[in-house]
Amino acid sequence: MCGAPKQGGALAGIDLSTQTVIQGQVWHDGAPVAGAYVRLLNQDDEFTAEVVTSPEGEFRFFAAPGEWKVRSLAPVGKGEQVLSAEVGLNETTVVIA
Amino acid sequence: MSRNDVLVTAEWAQENLGTPGLVFVEVDEDTSAYDGGHLEGAVKLDWKKDLQDPVRRDFVDKAGFEKLLSERGIANDDTVILYGGNNNWFAAYAYWYFKLYGHENVKLIDGGRKKWELDGRPLSKDPVERPATQYSAKEPDLSIRAFRDEVVASIGSKNIIDVRSPDEFTGKILAPAHLPQEQAQRGGHVPTAQNIPWSKAANEDGTFKSDDELAKLYAEQGYDDTKATIAYCRIGERSSHTWFVLRELLGKSDVKNYDGSWVEYGSLVGVPIEK
Repeated sequence: MCGAPKQGGALAGIDLSTQTVIQGQVWHDGAPVAGAYVRLLNQDDEFTAEVVTSPEGEFRFFAAPGEWKVRSLAPVGKGEQVLSAEVGLNETTVVIA
Repeated sequence: MSRNDVLVTAEWAQENLGTPGLVFVEVDEDTSAYDGGHLEGAVKLDWKKDLQDPVRRDFVDKAGFEKLLSERGIANDDTVILYGGNNNWFAAYAYWYFKLYGHENVKLIDGGRKKWELDGRPLSKDPVERPATQYSAKEPDLSIRAFRDEVVASIGSKNIIDVRSPDEFTGKILAPAHLPQEQAQRGGHVPTAQNIPWSKAANEDGTFKSDDELAKLYAEQGYDDTKATIAYCRIGERSSHTWFVLRELLGKSDVKNYDGSWVEYGSLVGVPIEK
């Protein structure tokens, strides 16, 4: 399956001892942004994946340890966040100014 | 074949909703997207439930395709306008599939659902009912579908285009990063394959890059116009996107989609793999 699972929700069933999970929320103007497009770019800025945020503005990726960039695109604008991920849960917030 | 024969803009689509003879079809794996709002009058196809055989790993046969399109109210002489999420991956897959079964007039909405949403165009939750038809499909056109033996035999002789992300190509990750990384098969790529990710052919809003940009992209990556081409990804939908670019937008000849893709190849016993 290449379609993204429902974004957000519990981490039940996800093995955080092996998976490198990058998750967080997209915010704009003091509120989470639902339906924003969020893409994960690798250290060379190459597209790796894209999801659409949940009604609570949440996104989640299953990556690998290393440097990543999360970029959000929504009708209200764009935002991005760089992070260094390790095996386990890596949380971040992307703010659209 | 040119861009105007196979692509419509979101603007054109909005102006032509409800036009007799046009059927708008949303193709997603996650049909909750459609249920939460779709183009007015559009019917839905579920990439997995509708287009895949429920038992074998293959897509539905000719009779199954005829039954599906008849139920959805799509006639042989309708122009089918496809769109979907994931930057049109599944819509491009469906396009390839409609072509495989010989549907004459099929087009994609450039940018798909993403472009439509970013433009702030209207979505409808009204249920869509179309009267059933008697759809008649042609025998599958296998000149656009590659199977595993052909892929193995093409190592070093045809253009083999791996359209996955660089990290999947090198085997660092085994699936697109929005999915759990839990496949059991080997990571890596088909020897001699070139990694030209599908994403390089698309703009950030999901629309395809211009013909000039696309021609330059493949030329720079060493695409050999004198050779036949096989595109693959993980399960065959991103490679449909590239198949669409190469054959339908750029007019390259003899381009096949290997829909078995890495999930099949990376699980075959004894085939060569590079990392």
